[in-house]
Amino acid sequence: MSKKGKAIVAKDLTKVYQMGEVQVHALCGVSIEIKHGEVVAIMGPSGSGKSTLMNIIGCLDRPTSGEYYLDGELVSGMNDDQLALVRNRKVGFVFQNFNLLSRSSALLNVELPLRYAGQRERQRERAVVALEAVGLADRMDHKPMELSGGQQQRVALARAIINDPAIILADEPTGNLDSKSGKEILSLLLDMNKKKGTTLIIVTHDPGIAEETERVIRLYDGQVVDS
Amino acid sequence: MDIVLALKEALESLNANKMRAGLTILGIVIGVAAVIAMLAVGAGAQDTILGSISGIGTNLLFVFQGNTQEDVRNEQPLTMNDVNAMSDVFQAPHVQSVAPMVYGNTTVTYGGETASPEIYGVTSEFAVVSNYNMIEGSFISDENVNGRASVVLLGPDVADKLFGRRTLITGETVRVDGQPFRVIGILESKGGGSFGSQDNVIIVPITTARVRLLDRDRDQVDLVYVQAMDAESVPAASEEVAQILRSRHRTEVGLDDFTIYTQEDILSVAGTITSVLTIFLGGIAAISLLVGGIGIMNIMLVSVTERTREIGLRKALGARKADILLQFLTESSLLSLFGGLIGIIVGWLIAMAIGKIATASGTPFNPSVGINAILLATIFSTAVGLFFGIYPANRAANLEPVEALRYE
Ligand SMILES: Nc1ncnc2c1ncn2[C@@H]1O[C@H](COP(=O)(O)OP(=O)(O)O)[C@@H](O)[C@H]1O
Ligand SMILES: [Mg+2]
Repeated sequence: MSKKGKAIVAKDLTKVYQMGEVQVHALCGVSIEIKHGEVVAIMGPSGSGKSTLMNIIGCLDRPTSGEYYLDGELVSGMNDDQLALVRNRKVGFVFQNFNLLSRSSALLNVELPLRYAGQRERQRERAVVALEAVGLADRMDHKPMELSGGQQQRVALARAIINDPAIILADEPTGNLDSKSGKEILSLLLDMNKKKGTTLIIVTHDPGIAEETERVIRLYDGQVVDS
Repeated sequence: MDIVLALKEALESLNANKMRAGLTILGIVIGVAAVIAMLAVGAGAQDTILGSISGIGTNLLFVFQGNTQEDVRNEQPLTMNDVNAMSDVFQAPHVQSVAPMVYGNTTVTYGGETASPEIYGVTSEFAVVSNYNMIEGSFISDENVNGRASVVLLGPDVADKLFGRRTLITGETVRVDGQPFRVIGILESKGGGSFGSQDNVIIVPITTARVRLLDRDRDQVDLVYVQAMDAESVPAASEEVAQILRSRHRTEVGLDDFTIYTQEDILSVAGTITSVLTIFLGGIAAISLLVGGIGIMNIMLVSVTERTREIGLRKALGARKADILLQFLTESSLLSLFGGLIGIIVGWLIAMAIGKIATASGTPFNPSVGINAILLATIFSTAVGLFFGIYPANRAANLEPVEALRYE
């Protein structure tokens, strides 16, 4: 099996949280493979380890044990700064609660990953293009407070794609939205996958969303029960 | 992320919390202003004091009776014979002139006004060694001394007090310690009178002072001003005077019954005292700067806590530790830099105000804000900002992205 051809290869991932005396086993031996360009939904009851898995896939966190390759690179042994670089280059995040900087305009929010990428040229144009792609051309200078939930999530989406990531990770991206905005966000996400071939992983409770994806990975008590 | 962007973001963030930033800056402003003002006042005081010591005369030695270091049995007073020996060109070739003096305090009255000046009993030589000039009239003459004349010179402060003017007083009669004295001249102001006001004095013939005002023995002298030929001969003159007194008083070896101060000695002692004073004042002021620094740390810690999610988000988007560190250090340094700059201006204004008040109340002195003080305050306040910013910034930089994003 070649790791090259896969967006994600995870082998026997475990994650143990130490809560005082108690050990919480959030992941107990998760192995998954996801191909480039795949659209995958991760489902499971609350507390089953979905977010923990997403954080490891997104290089925000390290597994307690196991190996993890992102886009062919062994990530599980990297140090903090290397992880930051990988996040910046290869991963786009969409959060349930948007996570925008409230003081900054939509445009500045979208530019932020470019700042940390050290790319100074054409920052502005690229941010504008990204905002146009999510249909917010007329809201660029608005602050998050002045935007609806759906619009805020679209800003977050523009921010996620600005660095042309290999994968987009969306942890319950529609959880805080009404069903209409939720559908719009979902179709934007699927659009990006179709146009650019970006691998898309969505954590969701919504069976409707799961129907739209090619594949569903089900977690239960930190283990994959169906993929 | 580069420094220009970091500055821009820091300004945006401070701007979003103007009130808080303003109050934090105020803490630094007070600290820096206090340091600047105190250093300026200290430097001004030093200039004034050293200036008035130099103003006493040039190349002077002061000879007092007694030994300040050790007990000497059989201590003898200084007399006119000692003075005459010091004036002898053969015994003391490096001495140019010698002026004996008795001094004390007294009261002078004229018309219902009373003044309480110092009184100097001197000979005509005093005009040469001291830097007193006359507004009108003439100095004490040898005839005045020989004749024990009841004549007096008034210092400008005394003239102001008794007559409300400094001219056209010569010829008037004032009462010194109740006895009538004819005014024969008015002294010019020496200014800078913080070192035993040299303007609040009266001068009378030494003979008159001994007998009628200060109750001294016939030939007794309290203090001798010795003027050396030039600056280089001050040490030689000092040694000659010492030899003369040792042989005349038949002192034991190493146990002089007199003390000689040179003007340099007094200058250096006064310089040391004022330096210590300046450091002391500056040090106290620096404590308030430190308190300001703790204010910065406090506010930055609050800010880091408040923005935990923001930090988590930035890390998720690719910010490295160094980026976050730079962001928060830039904010705290900007706070202290602004505080420092405003503080320098405020401190300078305070120093000027103190100078004005002192001048208005009769002690003219110019607080001087040196470039050193400005550099010191700027560097110190920025260092305070950096130092007290490091801990909060480190805390921010070391947040785990996942934990930070989960933070409510
Ligand atoms: N930082 C943490 N510290 C301690 N326990 C945690 C932490 N994060 C998650 N957990 C625990 O790990 C398990 C999985 O959590 P999570 O991945 O958030 O589940 P999900 O997203 O599927 O609801 C839960 O039991 C949760 O309590
Ligand atoms: Mg979750």
